[in-house]
Formats: sequence, C-alpha cells, structure tokens
Amino acid sequence: MWIESTIALRFLREGRAQTTLILIGIAVGVSVIVFIVALIRGLQGNIVERTLGTQAHIKVEAPDEINRLAPLPAGTTRLVLETRRAQRLRSINNWQQVMAVLDGFPGVRAVSPVISGPAFARRGNAVESVALVGMDPIRYQRIIPLSEDIVAGQLKVGAGDAVIGRLLADDLGLKVGDKFRLAAGLGREAQLNIAGIFELGVRELDQRYVYLDLKQTQSLLDLPGGVTVIDITVEDIFTAQDAARRIAALTGLKAESWLDTNAQLVNALRSQSMSTAMISFFVAVSVAFGIASVLSISVVQRTREIGILRAMGTRQQQMLKVFLVQGAVLGLTGSAIGAFAGYGLVWVFNTFGPKLFYIPVAPTLVPLAMAIATLTGTVAAAVPARRAARLDPVVAIRHV
Amino acid sequence: MSDLAQLGSAEVLRLAGLRKSYNIGLPTELEVLHGLELTLARRDFASLVGPSGSGKSTLLNLLGLLDSPTAGDLYLLGQATRLLDDERRTALRAQAIGFVFQFHHLIPAFTALENVMMPMLVTHGRPSAETITRARGLLEEVGLAGFEGRKPQELSGGQQQRVAIARALITRPALLLADEPTGNLDTKTAAGVFELFRRFNREYGCAVLVVTHDPRLSAVCDRTITLVDGSIVSDELHSRT
Repeated sequence: MWIESTIALRFLREGRAQTTLILIGIAVGVSVIVFIVALIRGLQGNIVERTLGTQAHIKVEAPDEINRLAPLPAGTTRLVLETRRAQRLRSINNWQQVMAVLDGFPGVRAVSPVISGPAFARRGNAVESVALVGMDPIRYQRIIPLSEDIVAGQLKVGAGDAVIGRLLADDLGLKVGDKFRLAAGLGREAQLNIAGIFELGVRELDQRYVYLDLKQTQSLLDLPGGVTVIDITVEDIFTAQDAARRIAALTGLKAESWLDTNAQLVNALRSQSMSTAMISFFVAVSVAFGIASVLSISVVQRTREIGILRAMGTRQQQMLKVFLVQGAVLGLTGSAIGAFAGYGLVWVFNTFGPKLFYIPVAPTLVPLAMAIATLTGTVAAAVPARRAARLDPVVAIRHV
Repeated sequence: MSDLAQLGSAEVLRLAGLRKSYNIGLPTELEVLHGLELTLARRDFASLVGPSGSGKSTLLNLLGLLDSPTAGDLYLLGQATRLLDDERRTALRAQAIGFVFQFHHLIPAFTALENVMMPMLVTHGRPSAETITRARGLLEEVGLAGFEGRKPQELSGGQQQRVAIARALITRPALLLADEPTGNLDTKTAAGVFELFRRFNREYGCAVLVVTHDPRLSAVCDRTITLVDGSIVSDELHSRT
C-alpha cells in the first residue's frame, strides 16, 4: 500500500492547480453541510427544549370509560343508539404499583404521580378558573425543574401552602404570604397560603396552574389516595412514542407521548430534518461528481504514465488503489478544511448573528462529516480508478 | 569461464509459431504476425529491423508480455506465457523484462533515483538499502552520479534516456527490450546509449533486443533480425569486431 499511496500523493501534488480547485469545492460543500446541520440541530434543540421544559415526555392516564354492550345470542341483530359517557375525573387504579413498574422501566429517567383537576381561585370578589396540580415536589422536579422558574418565595407545597403562576398572582393581586381560596365544586373548599410564585414563560400555565401537594389536591378533588396522571421523562426524547406504546401495552392505561400531543411541531421538525438531509445529500452528490470528474481527467492526462507503471510491473489492483487513494485523500483533506470553515461559520453566527439561540456543534459532527467525505471520495474515485486499472498498457504507453 | 559460457547460451526467450491477429471474428480480421519462430539467448545482443507496418511494435508488445498472442506461444525463461492471467503476466514482466522506450517515459512526479527504483517499488514496496545502493550504482554507471534528486523535466533528453536505461536494469532482468531507444537523440548521445546496452549485455548477461530503424545502429549489434510483413525474413549473426 505504501507505493500506491506515494504515487497517489505525488500525482495530487503534481497536479497542484487541479487539486487545489477540487479541494476548495469539497471544502465549500462540507462547510455548508456542517453549518446547516449544526444550525438546524441547534434550532431544533432549542425548540424542543422550550417545549419540553414545561411538560412531561409521556403522560399516563386512566383509560377512557366506554359503554360495554352485553353479548348477543347468536343470530340476533341489534340496533344501537349510543350516548357516549362523560369522562369523569378518576384515579389510575393501583397507581403505586404502576409507578413502581415504571420506575424500573428501561429508558425511563423520572416518574412523577400527579393529580390534577379544575377549580376556582378566589380572592374577595375576583374569581379565576385554575388547574390544580397536586404533586410530590421531589419527583415532580425531575420532570419539570420548577424551582428554576420561581420568581418569588420558594417552591413549597403542602400544609396549606400553594405555588401559583405570576399572571394568576397579578390577576388576583396576590403576593407571597397572601391567602386565597380554592373551590373545587360541591362545597369542597380550602384556604391556602402563597409560598411561591413561578413564571414558566408559557401564558397558559402562568395564568392557570396552582401547585399543591398530593394530599390536599386529593381531598379537594374528592379522589382520596388517587392520582390522575403519571408524568414520565425518558432518556431519549425521540423514543418517547415507542416507550409510550410499550407502557400502554404493559399497564393497560392510556399513555400519550409529547410527540403525539405536539404532532404539528414534530411534523415541522421532521420536515426540517428531512430538508437538511436532502440538502446535505445533494451537496455530497455534487462534491462526489466533482471528485469523479477531476480524477477522470487525471486518468486521461496520466494515461501514458499509467502505461509505463503497468509495463514496469504495477498490477491492476495497485493502479486501482492509486486512484482510490487519491479520491480518499481529496475527501479527507477537503472535508478537514471544510469542517474548519463550517466551525468558523457557526462561530460567526454565534458571535455576530441574531443571537436568538446558540448553535452547539456536536463533537461527533466533524469526524462524521470527514468520514463520510472520505468514503464519498473513495466511492467517487471508483469509476476513474477502474478505468485506470483497465487501461491496456500497449495503448497507454503510445498515448500522447 | 565455462560457467559463464553456459549461462551465456542459456535460453531467455523462445517463440513457437507465434501468431497475432487483430479484429478477430470481424470482417476486418487481420493477421499481423504469421507464426514466428525465434530464440534469444542471454548473450544475444540483437536488433529487430523492418519497414514500418512490418509488425515490429506488435512483436515487441508480445515479447514484453504487454499483449498476448492469438496462437502459438512465447516462452520466457522456459515458461509458457500465452495463458497467463494479467496478474501473473505482470509479475513475470516485472521480474524478467526491462523496458526502454523511445520517449524516455519517466514519471515526472518522481526524482531520477525514484524513477530508477520504480520497478522495485511497485513490486516490493518501500525500497531496501540494497535497492537504493543498486539504483545509485546504476545511475553512476550511466554517468549520472549526482543527478539522483533531479526531476525528469530538469534533465536533458539524453540524460532522461540514461535514467530510463538504469530503470530497466534495476530488477536485473533477463531480457532488455528497447523500442527505438535512440530515436530522438543526437548521434553522439545515441552512440553512448548503445555503448551502455553493450556493456550491460556483457557484464550482466542480459539479452538485449533493440527495435530500430537505423541501419547504422543495427550494424553494431551482434545479430540482426529482419521482419517484413509479419514474417522473419532474415536472422543474421555479425562477426564481432
């Protein structure tokens, strides 16, 4: 392999102008790929982070209640007029056991039981409809890091303490230490002390969420000992759908992943990823064609040298390798320069760009891009290399 | 001395009813060589002459294992070659044959020394100290000591041709084939090149076959083989002077 590489490198060095031009071509292509992939990944990461910052990856709930029809004797036809059932608030059966199972479920990072339901928050004559969220703060924090979003007071629930959103606090004119009343219907009421105020940055949540502990919420919603939802986060967010399916199958409960509840977003992300992949693919293809055409020209230009080398005992396989190595070297060198330039573009974007979000460059991106470019170069060199190997030495030597 | 004499008479090359046709199976099928019989021994210093179109180049390609005959066979160092595949033919060529072409044909990307070593490099990879020493020795013998690091384009035509001769001899081939080796050299340089062939023939026991148009050059060879219309019409030995 030594002599093949040596000849390949000498050939590249000798055809300096050609080599430089194609290297620039490869570098531009690779830098575009590196930049666009990093940009889109950064953008998507940012969007996903914002979306998932305030919600669980998977929500497990009790299955919907449905009407069951009695089995019919054979040969009977039935006409059904069905009034669908109202879905009352109800607890997940045996949620402690379900939670224990989910805690050990592969790929699951955190599990948090939650009880939630509607209520009215009142202070004086002002009334706001709110969503009660009863939770265990330690477990819940692993799903949504709520304490990071506390803007006043502290995250403290239980024993008559509640944490409410900033917009709700504004609407009711409440501050930390104030008291307000919660009414969950049918005379179930409680007076609560505001321990903290949060701001998640999502209007809907900041205006409506009231965090309590499990016990208090259970008594307000009249579900003693029950939870209505089990929140789950998983290791790899894009496997959430699959994990949800498996959880549903295992527990017989309803499990919905964030991918289902944010279908539109997911669809947008997918289309974006696909267009990135397509751009990368077509840039790679044009780079490959560039390498192939430069090497094809090189084979023609070096026909006589190939003939001499063959006459002196160079085997066809060796001749093939000489050109494959040239393709690989072009791919590797060009992509190294291109990756560097791509990094530069990312840096420029991060430093001088709109600064809406930061583009991180995954450490695997550059080696991956270089590996693909090297492989592409080698594959692109295959056609010219075969032509070089198959040249008839008799004809090649007489070529002028 | 008898050993050397024995070696000298050893057969290097034998043609047995060698035929070559082109465009086989087509209406334009043409037989270029019509059943040639020829033997070359180690001590032979022969020229191959003949008018244009007589089949000299075709024969040279066959002798150099660059092409294979249509019928008959070519024995190189006693080995039948017609049915060898490309791989084996290439290996045999690398081992047994040295080429000198009309247009020097050095590889421009390599230095004179590397060009001389090239046949060794392509078959054995990284050069051994012995190969380097031998290549330097050969360059010295062709009068190019001190030119090792020059690229071909930095050498004159005669110097390039001498590098090419050194290259042809690096593998210590049994047969040296030269195609119009002096075709574009001036008379003085041409004589020098011939002198080198003569010396290597004598010192290394390497059979030399020179294809030439020039009757003056063929006259200095020991043997002249004349090819006309694809047949050997004469094969004469000259008395050595």
